[in-house]
Amino acid sequence: MTKKLQNITSKIWSLAAVAAILIVWQAASTAGAVPEFMLPAPADVVRAFVEDFPALAANARVTLMEAFAGLSLGVAIGFVMAVLMDRFRHLYQAFYPLIVLTQTIPTVAIAPLLVLWFGYEMMPKVILIVIVTFFPITVSLLEGFRSADQDTIQLLRSMGASQLQIFRHVKFPGALNRFFSSLRIAVSYAVVGAVISEWLGGFEGLGVYMTRVKQAFAFDKMFAVIFLISAISLILMWLVDLIQKWCMPWEKTEE
Amino acid sequence: MSELIVENVSFAYGKENIIEDIRLELHNHELVSLLGASGGGKTTLFHVISGLSKPQKGRVLLDGEDITGQPGHVSYMLQKDLLLPYRTIEDNVALPMEIRGMKKKEARKKAGEFFEEFGLEGTQKKYPRQLSGGMRQRAALLRTYMFSKNVALLDEPFSALDTLTKHDMHEWYLKVMDKIRMSTLFITHDIEEAILLSDRIYLLTGKPGRITEEIVIREPKPRRDDFHLTKEFLEYKKEILEKL
Repeated sequence: MTKKLQNITSKIWSLAAVAAILIVWQAASTAGAVPEFMLPAPADVVRAFVEDFPALAANARVTLMEAFAGLSLGVAIGFVMAVLMDRFRHLYQAFYPLIVLTQTIPTVAIAPLLVLWFGYEMMPKVILIVIVTFFPITVSLLEGFRSADQDTIQLLRSMGASQLQIFRHVKFPGALNRFFSSLRIAVSYAVVGAVISEWLGGFEGLGVYMTRVKQAFAFDKMFAVIFLISAISLILMWLVDLIQKWCMPWEKTEE
Repeated sequence: MSELIVENVSFAYGKENIIEDIRLELHNHELVSLLGASGGGKTTLFHVISGLSKPQKGRVLLDGEDITGQPGHVSYMLQKDLLLPYRTIEDNVALPMEIRGMKKKEARKKAGEFFEEFGLEGTQKKYPRQLSGGMRQRAALLRTYMFSKNVALLDEPFSALDTLTKHDMHEWYLKVMDKIRMSTLFITHDIEEAILLSDRIYLLTGKPGRITEEIVIREPKPRRDDFHLTKEFLEYKKEILEKL
């Protein structure tokens, strides 16, 4: 009960901070402290969002589809790689440094190349998202598998369990917590990755829309897109939380 | 309903001999303790008997059948309860049967029959972290029993518990064992625990570890409540202390 109350009060403070920032921002704009073309007032942003909603929604749909396709593939590839590298030590030794290397390549540098190779359609975007999302998934799962309790594994071995059974009953469920932490990161990477790759070449999507309104100097619309992208990331992360709670019912039981 | 025989087992890690020429017998329904200092090779011996390690010399026989180096025949319980935190107690207890290929539902039902006997009623749907240390050890022992009703190896199962809980657990354990009569080999470094629970005690001493003595505790079972306060109990303790 008190815990619930604490939760609510902590939320009140963060909400109050957001409200305070918005009020100061709105006041500064109304008072003319910042020129409107540089920083539109929150009220203008909201208006732009409402007026532009059909266009925003249509573009968001494309971006979300790319993000979802890329994320699913990224998770699948990350999972397979983690399992293989956990099972075969030589694969780990051979590929782990390479995987780390892929993460040192700047996304912005590789996106135009992907466009050149794969065109302006969905393909290069999905590939880019796969590149940025599989990494946290692979690393977290691998760490989870490897940190499985050795005594528990011995116990299962003494029961005559196979490698697959040890994986199913010990390693995999033990890695779930880490997996969901990395999935939360991967989800936001996926949305941002989609937008970046759309900037650098595409026909639709929030990134394309953003470039367009920027060229028209429609700053209010620009901000509307930024907030929409943030909102989408937040909602997706919250969804991951929900799925985690649903998948891990033992976490929420009382002591 | 089983008899375990360990024949001249020796085990070495690299060049270091851990245990040498171990010979012991565990008869039907017997509870036999293996008493010795920590690091004396008791756990190594258990690894060999459970089939996790293959000895360089010697054999392990279960009812006459050679099970040397084959896991899955005798059940093994460690000091830590090692209950899986993401499984309910009934699913934890059912795990060994699931591993042997039984359907989850059936395994649960089978395990459920023993909850009352083990003093675990009402814990079926709980998760391990909702239980006290003593209750978790009970669940771990039930899991051990579901794994194999033949022979159980218990590696210091009560040593992580506080003194009071340990005392309760001893009483509970003797009561349960009186009913289910599982042949048990029990590792401990607690002399009193060994005298209190065992029919026989093997002393494992030296480096590499050898079995140097066998002591029979003649006190009949079920044991008197005040056995640990009697003169006989002290005599046994004295004898063991002298021989260790």
